[in-house]
Amino acid sequence: MAARVGKRVVTFLLVLGGLWALWEGYKWLWERTAWSKPFRVDDLTLPHAHAILLQLGESTSTGDDLWLFLIRAALFTAKSAAVGFAFGAVVGFFLGVVLVQFDVLRRGIMPYVVASQTIPILALAPIVVRGLGSVSIGGSPPPDWVRVSVIASYLTFFPVTVNTIRGLRSADPWALELMHSYAARGWTVLWKLRVPSALPYIFTALKIAATASVVGAIIGEQTASISNGLGGAILNFNQYYVLEPKNLWATNFYAALLGIGFFLVVLLAEKVVVHRAPERLV
Amino acid sequence: MSTVEPTPTATQRLGEQIRYWLPAVVVFGLGLAAWEWLLPDVLGVEEFLLPRFSDVVQALVEERDELLRGAWITFKEAFGGFVLGSGVAIAAALVLARWRPFGNALMPYMIAANAIPIIAFAPITNAWFGLLSPWSKVTIAAVLCFFPVLVNTLRGLTSVDPESVELMRSYAASERDVFRRVRIPSSLPYVFSALKVASVLAMIGAVVGDYFGGSLEALGIVVLSAVNLSRYSTSWAAILVASIMGIAFYGAVALVERYALRWHPSVQRRT
Amino acid sequence: MSVSTSVVSINGLSKVFGKGGVTALQGIDLEVERGEFVSLIGPSGCGKSTLLRIVGDIIAPTEGEVAVNGKPARKARLDRDYGIVFQAPVLYDWRTVAKNIALPLEMLGWNRAKRAARVRDMVELVELGGFEKHHPWQLSGGMQQRVSIARALSFSPALLLMDEPFGALDEMTRERLNLELLRIWAETGSTVIFVTHSISEAVFLSTRVVVMSPRPGRVASIVPVDLPQPRTAATREQPRFFELVTRVRESLHAVGADEVEETLATEDELA
Repeated sequence: MAARVGKRVVTFLLVLGGLWALWEGYKWLWERTAWSKPFRVDDLTLPHAHAILLQLGESTSTGDDLWLFLIRAALFTAKSAAVGFAFGAVVGFFLGVVLVQFDVLRRGIMPYVVASQTIPILALAPIVVRGLGSVSIGGSPPPDWVRVSVIASYLTFFPVTVNTIRGLRSADPWALELMHSYAARGWTVLWKLRVPSALPYIFTALKIAATASVVGAIIGEQTASISNGLGGAILNFNQYYVLEPKNLWATNFYAALLGIGFFLVVLLAEKVVVHRAPERLV
Repeated sequence: MSTVEPTPTATQRLGEQIRYWLPAVVVFGLGLAAWEWLLPDVLGVEEFLLPRFSDVVQALVEERDELLRGAWITFKEAFGGFVLGSGVAIAAALVLARWRPFGNALMPYMIAANAIPIIAFAPITNAWFGLLSPWSKVTIAAVLCFFPVLVNTLRGLTSVDPESVELMRSYAASERDVFRRVRIPSSLPYVFSALKVASVLAMIGAVVGDYFGGSLEALGIVVLSAVNLSRYSTSWAAILVASIMGIAFYGAVALVERYALRWHPSVQRRT
Repeated sequence: MSVSTSVVSINGLSKVFGKGGVTALQGIDLEVERGEFVSLIGPSGCGKSTLLRIVGDIIAPTEGEVAVNGKPARKARLDRDYGIVFQAPVLYDWRTVAKNIALPLEMLGWNRAKRAARVRDMVELVELGGFEKHHPWQLSGGMQQRVSIARALSFSPALLLMDEPFGALDEMTRERLNLELLRIWAETGSTVIFVTHSISEAVFLSTRVVVMSPRPGRVASIVPVDLPQPRTAATREQPRFFELVTRVRESLHAVGADEVEETLATEDELA
């Protein structure tokens, strides 16, 4: 056990070291040879990796150090993404359950839910976030984070619906016959057989959606100029990129960690809920 | 007693098809009607949330030149990124499949890398290539395609039934032969399911990448500037064009898949 | 060089899996003459499949050596002296029946015309005329296994290694394929090593039955089968057949493994 953990830590450090070496090696080689393809490398286009880390200790215009400022921004984005994710997942799951119960409904709606998987829904982000900014609920528009979470929720909703339906229909026919032989009622069959056999499918969708909801939140903030989150920070630091490129890089590292963090949380939930080696992680 | 199954005639089969797809057609009609009348007239959904269907179609017709030009620019970015990202990913997977322990050790990291919000890096690629360059979008689309194709191809190449490989060993086959005749053909279903995902990701990368700058005529810029000018039906028309392009791109990959996997049970049973 | 008719000669062979782990085989000595049909039988865990795989140079022995036609196993494999049939047919889905049979011929570098001619002969031999263009999944289990046998025989290997080839088939199909295998064996004059856990199958097919004991796997006894050739369905009803079945069964009892009881129980049910 300890040996396995040790091996993992070593692999992790090796991967980190390898990435760092690739980064610095690339920078060194391109700077030295002054190659301009695919792009010219200098401290502006590709800062030193350690310089980006050190930048986290510098203070920003808000007065906070960069690392703290970015944690606040990441939490704001995480809130939108998590609320949207949870809402989209619940709605998607229940719609899937309803559609499986009524075959006519399923045949009517399923083709469009599937087609939704082949179109760039994320492109709707600016329209939705801006549009909701003009709606008035109780005299004022919904708060920024709610508008952004709407994007996260519809990016979650579609894959979860599709995979819930696939999963519920994947129940082993023999197991269904067994349930039939117990004279089990529809709800019993659903909860005792169909939902458990759908779980691996649902988690596949949730893993895709975890990443998508973070992407959706960041893009939503960016395109609607909502400044509190990581998307806003990216927008802001991008304007001053020529003066200080490391701020933007650091923000993107936080975004990457947030995306991976969301993914790992879902992965962990899968390990707890589904008692089976997870195979298809993608 | 042997009853001969009556073979369904062409008309009967057509009738079955119609009956199967009827609900979908009805929903399509109801959806359009709701979009056109129910939402704006009865529920009072404002134009900035969803313009009337007929307004979107009108914008589509009136601004078809601008939209088509933008669609072509964006499609080139998406396609370039798709080819570049998938090509490099497949090559990398072939290399990693030959050094199994290495590939296995890296697998979790490649899966985790897939969770990085890559589109958020668009401002940085703009700083690399210049704000107006298509290459920043091509890069974003390529990186988006890279990880899913890499992970799935590697999985396809390595999850071959061991007896298939033992059989090749008994023929004293070279490692190259094992790849050519066993690993590559049996990985194709995995590769194509990843390529279908990648086609969608490439479209997303190109359209959304445009939101951060790019040729002023690109489709994403059309969406964004129309929103800024409150010309909502134009931005919806642009989204519609992007969606049709997305479906067409996906469909094209699916068509190639059907040809390449015509031996596959799932393809043959469909025909 | 000694003049010997032995196709396979196994001397002091042992196999240990893992570092200081399970001893699968210990001190195996066995000679197989040209044209013989030798069955390996024993309870699960007796290492019969492992022995077959060592003879075929799919896995390496820990100790001892295997000579095939007077050459080390590895040399024999590189010379393509083996035809292997597994329990699963291990056919490639992307190849038609004809192309699956031609696979080893392609590896040997035969030209198209020569391959086509041989495939035609093989299809006839296993009585699959008319199915050349079918894909494996369109055939029944028994037909798939016949394709697998045709593929193994297509390049006239010196030695046919069969690892429970009919284990997954129903009893009727199994008996029919037993007869067919004997006919092919007689027509081609090949040498066969056949792994099974069915006593009646071993006796019916073989010229000698090698009974193995488990943990560690050893040769417990060898039962020569003197039933007259050619064997037919009637052979199974001869008193001599029952005597030999009983002898093999008693040898297996003497081995004293729990699993034998299970094997025998199912045998008895079927008898």
